[in-house]
Amino acid sequence: MNPLSFQFVSTVRLGMKSLMLHKLRSALTMLGIIFGVCSVIAMLAIGEGASYEAQEAIKKLGSQNIIIRSVKPAEDAKQAGVGRGSSLEYGLTYHDGARIQTTVPGVVRVLPVRIIRENVRFAQNSVACQVLGTLPFYMDIVGLEVARGRFLTETDERNHENVCVLTAGLAQRLFPYQDPLEQSIKVDAFYYRVVGLVREKNLPEHRTQAGRMEGEPLDNNLYVPLSVSRSRFGEVLIRRSASGFEAEKVELHQITVQMRDMEAVEAADPQIKTLLGRFHTKNDYETIVPLQLLRQAEQTKRIFNIVLGSIAAISLLVGGIGIMNIMLATVTERTREIGIRRALGAKRRHITMQFLVETVVLSVGGGLIGVAVGVVAPLVVAHFTTMKTIITLWSVGLAFGISGAVGIIFGLYPAKAAARLDPIEALRHE
Amino acid sequence: MPPAHDIIRLERIEKRYILGGEVEVRALCGVDLVVTPGSYVAIMGPSGSGKSTMLNLIGCLDRPTAGRYFLGGVDVSRMPDDQLSEARGQRIGFIFQSYNLIAQLTVIENIQVPLLYQGKDVRAHQDQCAKLADMVGLSDRLHHRPNQLSGGQQQRVAIARALVNDPLLILADEPTGNLDSHTGQEVLELIDHLNAQGKTIVLVTHDERIATRAHRVLHMRDGLIEREVVNRNGAAGRGTTPP
Repeated sequence: MNPLSFQFVSTVRLGMKSLMLHKLRSALTMLGIIFGVCSVIAMLAIGEGASYEAQEAIKKLGSQNIIIRSVKPAEDAKQAGVGRGSSLEYGLTYHDGARIQTTVPGVVRVLPVRIIRENVRFAQNSVACQVLGTLPFYMDIVGLEVARGRFLTETDERNHENVCVLTAGLAQRLFPYQDPLEQSIKVDAFYYRVVGLVREKNLPEHRTQAGRMEGEPLDNNLYVPLSVSRSRFGEVLIRRSASGFEAEKVELHQITVQMRDMEAVEAADPQIKTLLGRFHTKNDYETIVPLQLLRQAEQTKRIFNIVLGSIAAISLLVGGIGIMNIMLATVTERTREIGIRRALGAKRRHITMQFLVETVVLSVGGGLIGVAVGVVAPLVVAHFTTMKTIITLWSVGLAFGISGAVGIIFGLYPAKAAARLDPIEALRHE
Repeated sequence: MPPAHDIIRLERIEKRYILGGEVEVRALCGVDLVVTPGSYVAIMGPSGSGKSTMLNLIGCLDRPTAGRYFLGGVDVSRMPDDQLSEARGQRIGFIFQSYNLIAQLTVIENIQVPLLYQGKDVRAHQDQCAKLADMVGLSDRLHHRPNQLSGGQQQRVAIARALVNDPLLILADEPTGNLDSHTGQEVLELIDHLNAQGKTIVLVTHDERIATRAHRVLHMRDGLIEREVVNRNGAAGRGTTPP
């Protein structure tokens, strides 16, 4: 070790020694920094976790997809209730799907989906579920994987096969004791043969259903070929309600448009709106662009981080002021020591270094403890609540860096004040 | 004698202070002094005589308003702060009335402090420090704190500390002021011993009996050296001048 680094090491050791002389005072001073650093890390971890959940839900929709859903128009809802027997016709049509496919550039696939709420029966069991009529590539777009058996095929679609695929959760409710495969289940008036079970790809159960933001659990879905949904249920759905019967005619409940890439999504969104606007006089559809939602979520997250970050930064600032206050008191208290050191040949920079090192030891020590507490705190929060927390490396680095910087910035003034003391005056100090 | 051989050479040194922004105080009014190597000089005088100011100037803790000060042949009267600090650490060993040890350091660490500020490697001087501690009779107290030592022991640590950089000059400011006469005697004998080994000593005191140990006694009054007594029978004198 060369003399210079030795000198540095002994300065650090001296600083620690001086701090240990007033253990309680040093600990209390550190506490400000500990809380500051800890709150930076914990707040950012909670913020990150919250936005991660939202972002994951959006990502599930597929950033290359544009989702168009049928919406019952508000002005017609009342008429439907009054007009007995008259059927309300709204929503997306097969033609819409075909038009988008042919006219909008960059479209890879257009996935039509019919969603009907029905009870599904097996033996004595009856479970409310969603019957989704769709095409085989639904599985790729939504991100499902086959757990057992198979998904729907082109042949099923072509031959109007009465087959169905269950989500794992629905299968469990419907078949508590039996093997669901190859069983026949009854929906409305028809029987369907169970050919497969699916689950969401690499995600835990009970996530929100892909394709719907507010989401029914995906767990409750039953998939049948689109052609079957069309022929067995028909396009006019009649539902019993308090005032009588309600009839609606909806061709498609949802169209998912898969685009070539994210740029194509940007360009296609207004085109699709214009296209649909031309053929729909009523406002009976809505589009969801996951990519835009994702961008919005990222924007929100950024603002969130800035707000949380500033709150935490303020607490670090307060910690820094605490350090400065204590160091100024320490300098006054140790004026005589400063005088002695100056008489023994210490230059101003030696004195500056000595006090600066002390402050930095305080703040970096506090920073290290703060990092430890800050890493543990979100885990505790996550353990006792359902909140998800994500500790990012950059937040740890940021918090620690700021604590070090606080030490230097707030230590500089007291250290300079100590170095400026006149040695004669300092020696005379009692 | 060429100036380089003088330990201290003061030429018409003046020091003026401005008190309260208006009143000017002349603490020193043109002092001349030459101290040769190996001599033992005592400075006496009532308070307000300029004694302390003189000590601060000789100790390079302050700069004169006018005049020149050569310390070991080097003009230190116009040196910037950093160089002055270096001169202090390198050429002067201080012994204070109230010992002025650093409370949080052990005996050996206190002795090492001046080495640190000269950028010397403390570990390379471990033996030297131990030897100094042995010389002042504290080799069994190396790892004690100042508050575990008696006043006399503390002052002996301070003496060892003053010697660690092998300075040109030992500057003692009332070194026995806080001690009883017996331990004071021991400390003075130690200082005599240093002088006998060739160290140049400048000692400030109120006590006539202590001053008689020195070669030369300077009496100060009103910022000037009023008279000088050469004391051939000084305790230290025995070591350097033949009878």
